[in-house]
Amino acid sequence: MPQELLQIEAKKPAGDWKNPAVEFRKGVICYSAAAKNVRALGLPHPRDWQPFDADWKLPPDWKQTLLEGMKDRLRKYRSFRLFMDICVRCGACADKCHFYVGSSDPKNMPVVRAELLRSVYRRYFTLSGRIFGALAGGRELTEDVVKEWFFYFYQCTECRRCSVFCPYGIDTAEITMIGRELLNLIGCNTNWVLEPAANCFRTGNHLGIQPHGFKDSLEFAADELEEITGIRVDVPINRKGAEILFVMPSADYFATPHYFTLLGYMMLFHEIGLDFTFSAFASEGGNFGLFSSHELMKRLNAKVYEEARRLGVKWILGGECGHMWRVLHQYMDTMNGPADFLEEPVSPITGTRFENARSTRMVHICEFTADLIYCGKLRLDPSRNDRWTVTFHDSCNPARSMGMLEEPRYIIRNACNRFYEMPETTIREQTFCCGSGAGLGTDENLEMRLRGGFPRANAVKYVKEKHGVNLLACICAIDKATLPTLMEYWVPGVEVAGVHELLGNALVMRGEKERTANLRGEPFAAEVANA
Amino acid sequence: MQAAYSIGAVVAVAVVAAIAGQLAGGRTIAWIIVPYAALAVFLAGFCYRVAHWAASPVPFRIPTTCAQQKSLPWIRPGRLDNPSTLAGVLGRMGLEVLLFRSLFRNNDARLNQGRLVVSEAKYLWLAALAFHWSLLMILVRHLRLLVEPVPALLLAMERIDGFFQAGVPPVYLSDVVFACALAYLLARRFRDATVRYISQFSDYFALFVFAGIAITGLLMRYLTRVDVVSVKQFALGLATFHPQRPSALGLIFAVHLGMVSVLAAYFPFSKLMHMGGVFLSPTRNLANNNRAKRHVNPWNYPVKTHTYAEWEEEFRDKLKGADLPLEADHAARASAD
Repeated sequence: MPQELLQIEAKKPAGDWKNPAVEFRKGVICYSAAAKNVRALGLPHPRDWQPFDADWKLPPDWKQTLLEGMKDRLRKYRSFRLFMDICVRCGACADKCHFYVGSSDPKNMPVVRAELLRSVYRRYFTLSGRIFGALAGGRELTEDVVKEWFFYFYQCTECRRCSVFCPYGIDTAEITMIGRELLNLIGCNTNWVLEPAANCFRTGNHLGIQPHGFKDSLEFAADELEEITGIRVDVPINRKGAEILFVMPSADYFATPHYFTLLGYMMLFHEIGLDFTFSAFASEGGNFGLFSSHELMKRLNAKVYEEARRLGVKWILGGECGHMWRVLHQYMDTMNGPADFLEEPVSPITGTRFENARSTRMVHICEFTADLIYCGKLRLDPSRNDRWTVTFHDSCNPARSMGMLEEPRYIIRNACNRFYEMPETTIREQTFCCGSGAGLGTDENLEMRLRGGFPRANAVKYVKEKHGVNLLACICAIDKATLPTLMEYWVPGVEVAGVHELLGNALVMRGEKERTANLRGEPFAAEVANA
Repeated sequence: MQAAYSIGAVVAVAVVAAIAGQLAGGRTIAWIIVPYAALAVFLAGFCYRVAHWAASPVPFRIPTTCAQQKSLPWIRPGRLDNPSTLAGVLGRMGLEVLLFRSLFRNNDARLNQGRLVVSEAKYLWLAALAFHWSLLMILVRHLRLLVEPVPALLLAMERIDGFFQAGVPPVYLSDVVFACALAYLLARRFRDATVRYISQFSDYFALFVFAGIAITGLLMRYLTRVDVVSVKQFALGLATFHPQRPSALGLIFAVHLGMVSVLAAYFPFSKLMHMGGVFLSPTRNLANNNRAKRHVNPWNYPVKTHTYAEWEEEFRDKLKGADLPLEADHAARASAD
């Protein structure tokens, strides 16, 4: 952690963005991908280098590779071509970016981030740019521009907040994704993205947990649940013939506070008697391929349908995770479908047909649980969450790439007594990112994460002071991994939890022993002395 | 600097048009060839650009969802900001194109003593809306110069536009609104440090050309009182492909026409193409029915994955050790049965 409190201050933009010089310093960048991870995935140009180095050891034909890569993508993506052409630089997006707000670096304005690429597009791919060059907004592609791209495309969390405000729907996530794809072509990638991706490709999950470790983890969770509730829950793994395959982000079974969310899922599944299975192969719903290239995303995602087919399940249920759901909702069916070997999802408990998932055949756990609660299938005692005063952080992807806004709130309202919203301009489709998404959540990038997370933290601070909020609920594994640090730094005294942890706390199970503590082993209600 | 260049360019256009419009040798070029050429470039360029976009594939369905999704029947979906049907998409696009829905959301985030304060900011939306609608009104009003007789609808529109009978000829509301909106947008480019930072030659150039057209137009209508009959004669000549060089239309008209021609020819090569592009944006014109209806990527191609069989092969011992079922065992059992 930075020793001194970061000064977040507004500075007027100065200088000329066309100058590509960037100062690489520790704390605001991610380190390069280790050659072994680049190799493991069969990606181009593995080598030892760091962004701090003067010489990035680019391949000799790097310029041609990049320009051909751009040409190829201009041909393949209407989004890319259109977004290169139609920006009018109205500036509405500028102060919508959490990185711009937190860093005051004008190149973090979404419009400028896109211009970094757009200027090269104009110079090499438009008539006016080829003739008039700089006057038509064109810029030569130089090594410095490559470094600048690296700096700023790994300073964007692909959160899509700017796209909500853009009058033409220009989506910086799309620009950043293409920008990173191009950088990948010449071997400029970060380890925090490629190591999880390489792990995932080999073992099935980002953390590189092998099947026996996967089982141990889940068995351990079952032991712990037995201690808390007195009930032994089943841990079915790779079980053929189950009705439902459950896929979650690997952090759920290996990190805290994700782990308490896992406990919540397991309690829920036991209580309703769900016929399901985990999979040690599809042991990751998250997809760091999304942060590297469309192709890598597809490669990592393929296992979900492959495993569902192999196990012969009817449909797939997915856990709490942000970017995982971006992939599952907007890409999976297109990339690796059609899922014609599955059935249209129907809740075996309530009989509800999830018509919104009738093609992809994968349902979000919050949709599933909200339906259970609505149909009166769960006994919930919200007073068991009385130690918490809760607010909800809409994770970027479920909010802006799905529109899953009400389902988690419905669960929280039923599982907790005290729930307060943050200001309207910081939630739902306008939610502020945690500042660590899209593969930026590494500690070497901590200063930039804290800066980027500042707008979110600031809104939490507001409800903490106004309503005494002490718990930030969310439905994203990256949020759960990085918001605790953000809170500790900017808003000490606010914990982070998944929605299904709160559900697990409130869930009254048949045959449970007398409970006094929540899933964290803390008393249900805060002691009066602390209140 | 970019602003200086672009105002220089616009002044140069005006001077060239003014001189060419008067010179004996330049008149045919200025009054007839340039307008036709500009129109041709505009039409061909505009169509080419739009067709080019439209022809490029949309591999993924990536709407930006700005409201509740359609999921469970008892949760009310945001039908316009997160449409799941074609009707919803048309509604969303209608709001976007006609009322600038997304820009309407605009707000202003400022740091105040270490706190982030987000407040209302509707001026940009208001100015943009005023600019575009009044521009449309003015363009439509110009149709009266190109058709004879003038349709009743146009006359009615003019009456409404000239509702405030201030002065003779009556001042058109759309003229006033356009001038104000343009002034605001220009001032914003200069005064707002953020917008100044991102502004390029083409941003200033487009606004200055509009300003030049507006100033000459206003001068002709309200000050020098151009001979409308001659203008109409000239315009009809162009419209019916029997162009005739006018005798009585002066310097200001030449500049007006020259700038309009430049704008038209410049249009397809510039950001002004947002006019066509706004309809094609995949984050806005697709329904968020991703999981209900499969979207097909025309260039989807097979990729190298790590298959279950390879995975089981690699972790066979560990799977066995953990007593997890193996596909190989399933197969053996099946053949034994």
